[in-house]
Amino acid sequence: MNKNSNTYQILYAAVMVLLVGTVLAFIYMALKPKQNENIANDTRKQILSALHIAPPSDAQVKDVYEKYIIQDLLVDAQGNVVDSADNVAFNVDMKKNVKLAERQLPVMKCKLDDGSTKYVLPVYGAGLWGPIWGYIAVNDDGNTIYGANFSHEGETPGLGARITEQSFQDEFKDKHLFVDGEFKSVAVLKRGQKTTNGAEQIDALTGATITSRGVSDMMADCLAPYEAFLKKMQTASNPAPATTAIESETNDNQPQ
Amino acid sequence: MLSKKNKEALFNPLSKDNPVLVQILGICSSLAVTASLEPAIVMGISVIAVLAFSNVIISFLRKTVPTNIRIIVQLVVVAALVIIVQQILIAYNYDVSKKLSVFIGLIITNCILMGRLEAFAMHNSPWPSFLDGIGNGLGYTIILVIVAFFRELLGSGTLFGFQVIPQWCYDHGYMDNGLMILPPMALITLGCIIWVHRARNKELQEQ
Repeated sequence: MNKNSNTYQILYAAVMVLLVGTVLAFIYMALKPKQNENIANDTRKQILSALHIAPPSDAQVKDVYEKYIIQDLLVDAQGNVVDSADNVAFNVDMKKNVKLAERQLPVMKCKLDDGSTKYVLPVYGAGLWGPIWGYIAVNDDGNTIYGANFSHEGETPGLGARITEQSFQDEFKDKHLFVDGEFKSVAVLKRGQKTTNGAEQIDALTGATITSRGVSDMMADCLAPYEAFLKKMQTASNPAPATTAIESETNDNQPQ
Repeated sequence: MLSKKNKEALFNPLSKDNPVLVQILGICSSLAVTASLEPAIVMGISVIAVLAFSNVIISFLRKTVPTNIRIIVQLVVVAALVIIVQQILIAYNYDVSKKLSVFIGLIITNCILMGRLEAFAMHNSPWPSFLDGIGNGLGYTIILVIVAFFRELLGSGTLFGFQVIPQWCYDHGYMDNGLMILPPMALITLGCIIWVHRARNKELQEQ
């Protein structure tokens, strides 16, 4: 048979591609469960890292995660808990951009060794080359950030990829999400710039303007819907400041 | 099994005909994945596996491959093997697969592969082709490991992630060289290795 005839070449290519496709599909299906488990464990590690818990070995990560994460919640934009089944927040696919009104917001309630309660809120946004995501741990005062962990799919190594570095993530610690009772997400800005709305800010990464802006926008967009939920936590954990404020006002008024 | 010709196919690429040092192929990935030893070794093993098996497969097919589409056939074989390696890594060594990220996928474009398929596997029977693939893969891996050894030792003070430079050195003012972690120092390290290699092998020196 003539090796250079068109029929032979087309047949050869078609058969080869079919064979290769079948083999690859089979391998993909065979390895999928194991890969999904790895990806889930990696997510668990990211969540634990936001809580400042050193990532355990792969075999233990699930146990450690289940020890600290005591409850998964889904809340609505009014701050009401709508679902609290096991792993319901963990399984939320952040990629699916549900309309804000219908969005059910995942919250992971955690109890640390010192007995304090933290709430982990997932965030998801866009970097320069692809998606970036993260986990923000908030104290039970509904205001102070306890820790943050960011990951990315393909940001530039040495520039945008530095959002995964501990030194960057640590800057978010002890920042506040509310300024004078109003929700104002932490902004990521070039050193020397000031936020216009009075929100707290941290330094952006040198050479990674767009990724830094992405982190900033991601925090603002994804945390804003939690405002009602966080406010409820604030009143639950510390109702005192509001009343003292009113009292002091009335006290001020009395002498007049 | 190991005739003189086969021995040459296996051992020449380790030094005298090294794909990285002498042919200057596969530089891109050897700069990118050599910041520490573990990814360098995993990358090396991946390249050995892909190179050996694609050489064997192409060698088996060499009499049937239509000349006009031979490059496409070679690419399909290499790409399929690379995807298999990538999937296996995600399943069994997720952390390293994250570190290697795009570079496993880029094995497809590694010039060593296409070079060996075109120059060797298309004209030789499977067994010598297999040895040639192993030899060239090893030649590539050795260089990767040498570069990664120096970069990790001087850049992070560790080997395979374990601290090897003792704490008292840091206490007395020693500092890790952050530049070693960046790609430019990989190129310079590689240049030094090529220099030493040429100095020791007179027949490689141009007149």
